[in-house]
Amino acid sequence: MGKYNKTIREVESGVSSVISAKNLSLTFQTNDGPVHALKDINLEINKGDFVSFIGPSGCGKTTFLRCMADLEQPTAGEITVNGVSAREAREARAYGYVFQHAGLYPWRTIGGNIRLPLEIMGMDRAAQDAAVKDVLDLVHLEGFENKFPWQLSGGMQQRASIARALAFHADILLMDEPFGALDEIVRDHLNEQLLDLWARTNKTIGFVTHSIPEAVYLSTKIVVMSPRPGRIADVIESPLPKERPLDIRDSPEFIEIAHRVRDGLRAGHGDD
Amino acid sequence: MKNLFPILTVVAAIFALWYAGSVALNAPWAHDKAQRAGIELTTKELIADTMAQKKPKLPPPHQVGAEIWKTTGAMVAKGRAFSKRSLIYHSWITLSATLLGFALGTGFGILLSVGIVYNRTMDMSVMPWVIASQTIPILAIAPMIIVVLNAIGISGLLPKAIISMYLSFFPIVVGMVKGLRSPDHMMVDQMKTWSASKGQEFWKLRLPSSMPFLFPSLKIAMAASLVGAIVGELPTGAVAGLGARLLGGSYYGQTIQIWSALITAAVLAATLVGIIGMIQKVVLKRMGMA
Repeated sequence: MGKYNKTIREVESGVSSVISAKNLSLTFQTNDGPVHALKDINLEINKGDFVSFIGPSGCGKTTFLRCMADLEQPTAGEITVNGVSAREAREARAYGYVFQHAGLYPWRTIGGNIRLPLEIMGMDRAAQDAAVKDVLDLVHLEGFENKFPWQLSGGMQQRASIARALAFHADILLMDEPFGALDEIVRDHLNEQLLDLWARTNKTIGFVTHSIPEAVYLSTKIVVMSPRPGRIADVIESPLPKERPLDIRDSPEFIEIAHRVRDGLRAGHGDD
Repeated sequence: MKNLFPILTVVAAIFALWYAGSVALNAPWAHDKAQRAGIELTTKELIADTMAQKKPKLPPPHQVGAEIWKTTGAMVAKGRAFSKRSLIYHSWITLSATLLGFALGTGFGILLSVGIVYNRTMDMSVMPWVIASQTIPILAIAPMIIVVLNAIGISGLLPKAIISMYLSFFPIVVGMVKGLRSPDHMMVDQMKTWSASKGQEFWKLRLPSSMPFLFPSLKIAMAASLVGAIVGELPTGAVAGLGARLLGGSYYGQTIQIWSALITAAVLAATLVGIIGMIQKVVLKRMGMA
């Protein structure tokens, strides 16, 4: 009955929830006693959202993303992805996950790396070839299919890793500080490309970052988190338009949101 | 070509030391003979004598070289390459046991390492036994393996191969356990995000990751296999094989025969390890890892 009601509401508002966390908590048992990585997290992520998670180290932002991906299991509360449990969603290959490091297999070419999840999923060879070509175009790596990872720069490797996460057409893209190890200029460039890619594919994106400008520039929704225990300090719906040139970062709206994010981060540190 | 000079320098130094050692070690016997014959030896005569004794303490390189040629190249020229007196025949006997033992050891080692990596019970229980197995001197256990296997009707090649296997599986287990565990957490998590099966994880991630660890293990295993095969030939009083040549040589004080068998074994080991090295180069290059 409850589920039915929710569907009515979704239809009325024109949005549907893709990821939903209710009273989510995760406690790691360590030798120094329990560590509360996440405590009472409530969050709805709707279809087509670009959600950034920002906060200091140890605030649980990566852990939260890993819960969505079923790489960690919450100790209390509930998380659903596409209306089913995180585990079922993972088994249905509902999301692509981009790690902080590209993690390309050195013994496979760029094409071979992108093909890897497709082979695992049992896609036939012709479909694999087509998918590899598509995503290489999408991340602007045309012509690099037969190169080995070490022949590419760090930024290009990370783009290949994004292509790999996109190749099997999951509607959700989870990214854990994907540009954290790259320099500012490459990062700006990749941010622009990521927005462009998001606009073209209409995916729902969860994005963990340390950088306030990156979070504000990319997101429709910014989730500010604070540590010990990891919890949500603020959720900011961005008023910025979907079309975002790089110089939007000098606009008053941008600066105002950045300011609010900084306040949220500072408030989280208040009890230290 | 750039490497040739240092290599030749080292080889020349070894030969110089070897000759000096031959003169020093063989001189007492030359003096003995001279004294009994009641003659004085000049230095030149002394050195000439140490270079050409029948049963020298340390045969000089040219005597060993001549013996090796006599039992290999010269036999081939006479069309008797596989006669019982030919080192080629004896090398082949030892080589066949070495290769069979190496194959068995590699297979067994890889199987054990997969078990250890994927099964926690095996991880906890097998590794101590694997290490304990290598603390037993092979000379102590080799005769027992041969006697026990002989009692159940197995003799010839297989007992020697099993001793080779006993020595060669160890470096494979150690190397492959390390290699199969070499993918980091992130790569294993990645496999999980694609909902890969255990088998896919093994064939597509763990096995390829272990290749740089496998080849060094294979080289050590090959050398150990050869030692195992030779040791396996000693306690049985075997009539064929490099081990039998060593044993026969030591019974009759034929030092030249012992040294020629030793040198042949060393050349054999170097060749086998060299072949693995070449395969390693090709495989890792094709995998973009070298």
